[in-house]
Amino acid sequence: MLATASSRQVLSLETITTGIIQGLKLFFSGDPALWQIIGVSAQVSGAALLLSAIIGIPLGAVLGLTRFPGRRMIQALIYTGMGLPPVVVGLAVYLLLSNNGLLGPLQQAWIPKLFTVEAMIAAQVIIAAPLVIGYTMSAVGEVSPNLRLQVRSLGATRLQALGATLWEARRGVLVALIGGLGSILSEVGAVMMVGGNIDGSTRVMTTAILLETRRGNFELAISLGIVLLGMAFLINLSAAQLQGKGH
Amino acid sequence: MEPVYQLTNVTKAYSGRQILNIGQLDIYPGEILAVVGPSGAGKSTLLRLLNFLEAPDSGSIYFNQQPVNDQNVPLEIRRTVTTVFQNPALLSGSVTANLLFGLRLRGQNDGQKEVGEMLERFGLAALRRSPAHTLSGGEAQRVALARALILKPSVLLLDEPTANLDPYNAEMIESVIRGINQTHLTTIVLVTHNIFQARRLADRVALMLNGEIVETADTQTFFENPRDSRTRRFVRGEMVW
Repeated sequence: MLATASSRQVLSLETITTGIIQGLKLFFSGDPALWQIIGVSAQVSGAALLLSAIIGIPLGAVLGLTRFPGRRMIQALIYTGMGLPPVVVGLAVYLLLSNNGLLGPLQQAWIPKLFTVEAMIAAQVIIAAPLVIGYTMSAVGEVSPNLRLQVRSLGATRLQALGATLWEARRGVLVALIGGLGSILSEVGAVMMVGGNIDGSTRVMTTAILLETRRGNFELAISLGIVLLGMAFLINLSAAQLQGKGH
Repeated sequence: MEPVYQLTNVTKAYSGRQILNIGQLDIYPGEILAVVGPSGAGKSTLLRLLNFLEAPDSGSIYFNQQPVNDQNVPLEIRRTVTTVFQNPALLSGSVTANLLFGLRLRGQNDGQKEVGEMLERFGLAALRRSPAHTLSGGEAQRVALARALILKPSVLLLDEPTANLDPYNAEMIESVIRGINQTHLTTIVLVTHNIFQARRLADRVALMLNGEIVETADTQTFFENPRDSRTRRFVRGEMVW
């Protein structure tokens, strides 16, 4: 029994070691399949983060700085959105976009079709935007009210005051974007459901890792895992550098 | 002489608590009006109203004969008034960036010459590139005042500008306040706890208690022959709060 378990362990370790070596070779050899998946991932993640930032930063700033009836309810909804299970988002987007769904039959150009990159971006935005809104809301809320008053006293318009407050809260806003990107990069359930993991079209790194692991193609799975980790590390390193420059 | 500000029956409350209830207050061009009174008397709230940062609940405020009762005061009027608060709320960035801030809001991106002159005047030239968060309390307050004055406001509102400062910084700030009032005829409203400072700087003094203006008089009358018994107690230091 012991011997069998031990040999399994050795086999597993060998597989992992070989997988890492083969994975690195694949990455540096410019394997077209691998780079195609990386490209789609970058496209989906970049677009989803950009849209989440465009929606989330101004909305978070307004929610963090203004007081109006119903604000607490909106805040509670945003906080709920920050913890949305991705598969539930995937299911909702699937039901919305499917041919028998709410939006699918409308056949409008602005409505993304299921199993496309656009549908994946839509799902990712629904997952990431609440995070960007929530963290931005918290970051601008921490800017001293005295400073906000001083900015207005110096002659800022409302828009200029908003811009100055966001600038003062920039480290927190950066954290909001990193949080959003983290959720986008690690997401697998929703993009699998609405993208379909179609080879050469909607396959991204996370869905490819899942598929290749199931197939036993550990080299490709590990290679993709390394790229995903490397990307996350580089992005966070750049963000840490930017945050450090502010001090 | 027409007043710069005319306040009539101005009230302001927060969460149902009355903070201001001013029957009449006129502020004249080129004067230094010191507003004295205990903490919680409504002095800072009054400054926020004078800077159009908040609107009164009722009553009227006229600024140069124009009604300014709501928060939709035209930008060109708002930009003639600025406040220096007790805690110098500096922006992150350098001393120079702080001085340039108000100019850039007004679309002036070439203010380096004015910044240089202002830094010299306040003894801050050596700190031009220093990050704002590294300054001492006195240096930060001088930067805050320089940042306000570079905008050449016609009205300068000062909320306890020398509170917690050492005598050197306090004297420098007082000297600048006196100087700009004399050379630019800037109207100054100075909120202070320090009755000696009020006596040194002000042309007129107003006592505020519980949101009301108890008495306004020229400085000599206020300190030597006040009408109201509460003012007499205040100037004798008998009013405990």
